[in-house]
Amino acid sequence: MAALKNSLGLRAGLLSLAIFCGIVATWQIATMPAGGSSVVVDPEYAKLVGAAAATGSTTALPTPADIGVTIWHHILDPFYIRGSNDKGIGIQLAYSLGRVLLGFALAALVAVPLGFLIGMSPLVYRALDPFIQVLKPVSPLAWMPLALYTIKDSAISSIFVIFICSVWPMLINTAFGVAGVRREWLNVARTLEVGPFRTAFKVILPAAAPTIMTGMRISVGIAWLVIVAAEMLVGGTGIGYFVWNEWNNLSIANIVTAILLIGVVGLLLDQILARLATLVTYPE
Amino acid sequence: MERPLISVEGLARRFGDLSQPAVFEDIWFGVERGEFCCLIGHSGCGKTTILNVLAGLDSPSEGAVIVDNREIDGPSLDRAVIFQGHALLPWLTVMGNIAFAVSSRWPGWDRAKVREHARRFIDLVGLKGAEGKRPAQLSGGMKQRVGIARALSIQPKMLLMDEPFSALDALTRGMLQDEVLRICADTDQTVFMITHDVDEAILLADRIVLMTNGPGARIAEIVINTMPRNERHRNDLHKHPQYYAIRNHLVEFLVNRSRAFDAEIAEHGYDPRRPKTVKPGLAAVNPPAEVVPLRQTH
Repeated sequence: MAALKNSLGLRAGLLSLAIFCGIVATWQIATMPAGGSSVVVDPEYAKLVGAAAATGSTTALPTPADIGVTIWHHILDPFYIRGSNDKGIGIQLAYSLGRVLLGFALAALVAVPLGFLIGMSPLVYRALDPFIQVLKPVSPLAWMPLALYTIKDSAISSIFVIFICSVWPMLINTAFGVAGVRREWLNVARTLEVGPFRTAFKVILPAAAPTIMTGMRISVGIAWLVIVAAEMLVGGTGIGYFVWNEWNNLSIANIVTAILLIGVVGLLLDQILARLATLVTYPE
Repeated sequence: MERPLISVEGLARRFGDLSQPAVFEDIWFGVERGEFCCLIGHSGCGKTTILNVLAGLDSPSEGAVIVDNREIDGPSLDRAVIFQGHALLPWLTVMGNIAFAVSSRWPGWDRAKVREHARRFIDLVGLKGAEGKRPAQLSGGMKQRVGIARALSIQPKMLLMDEPFSALDALTRGMLQDEVLRICADTDQTVFMITHDVDEAILLADRIVLMTNGPGARIAEIVINTMPRNERHRNDLHKHPQYYAIRNHLVEFLVNRSRAFDAEIAEHGYDPRRPKTVKPGLAAVNPPAEVVPLRQTH
């Protein structure tokens, strides 16, 4: 059984590698510059739109090799600062991560206690349900103008947008988890004359923890999706701003690098929360 | 009037408004200190509801339960409950589950003292070595042992058990019954237990309260188990001279009389405050005086 499983993992890995090579090869063939065309171009024009576009090649898309070189340069020097519009990709990622974590933490501070209240009280649940149902489907970016107008600070506004998009999954999952705590566990606490606070922390919280963690995992995923768009709007710093800035520079290689990094960081965030979730999960 | 330790007085419970028939009504009985009392009846007659009222988890529509001369108005550490579905907290270990109860009972105790006290009760139910296991790693019988240890560890004035062995296989059930019998005798515990198993009632109980079918269920009569505790052993229970008389009486009640009790009291009269007390076991060993054998040998 173990051997079979191993061989399946091995085969899947080989297949992944083959798919990856196929994509890269196709890409390479599609973007190869037409060989030998030595058109004379104005060097300033070439500098402005990129060598490939200036030489009259049909596309400005870089080859995989170009991307590799770009990634390598970013890895070699991720934290440089050469002026406000030219910062290393590591610094940009750190800005984005900082915003996401701050907004996410604030959302958790609000959503978990409020979700507890909603889950414990059918009255509060019914009273707040219309608000949640209406506000939940609103795109977080729709809040941006309102946030910019009221907060008058673009950095805090983007954190607010992260907050508002992270809050709903955590709120709903916490309420759901708390409301679903088995009656018999609560009865155990009641017959032991456990006070309300101790019951909340020692019985309800551990019982609902797996559901709450699932909500957090969904939230952090959405927050990481939203931060890129929010930073494109707000500008200044962050990986979203980096992508937009490189679009203005028409540096596709940098954009592709950023896309790959956004994907990898999103994966890491998800994996960290998945690992945390296994710590609080209990078999029944 | 001297009240027993637990005194159930005029209890009734209906779900919904007053127009609904009561599940049970006019329930009167008592449990003496140190006594093992079983409540027996068909499902749906409100047995579990009565136990929940005794535990303080449910409140009656009418009547009251007096424990130690005080009317109960909620759960108490004096009344430990052993739940039908063990109700262990799955994220805690065996030790954690019992320590949770112990530290609820004595909030001032430090960790070491709590663990030491908990360990004593883990040993008592024969779970030594399993302290670090989670409930999911335990068999059904072991889980119920943890439930018993948790209830005993808070050293309650009485134990309330809701069909504690019904989810177990016959072999495990028998072993646990023996242990409960031993532990209750050692600690002189007052126990109120719900069951629908006639043999379990005869093995464990000193008194067996019989309940009629719902709705409007009531206490039909109280059977005194005249077999002394030290003569009740699971393996040779059926050899005891009184066994079949008591068993037949209980089975006869569950099969026929629990259904037709209204007709029975129309004929003989019925005082819900003093349900009839019967001793079917004694009738088997000492036939009533008026029954004279037809032919005497000497």
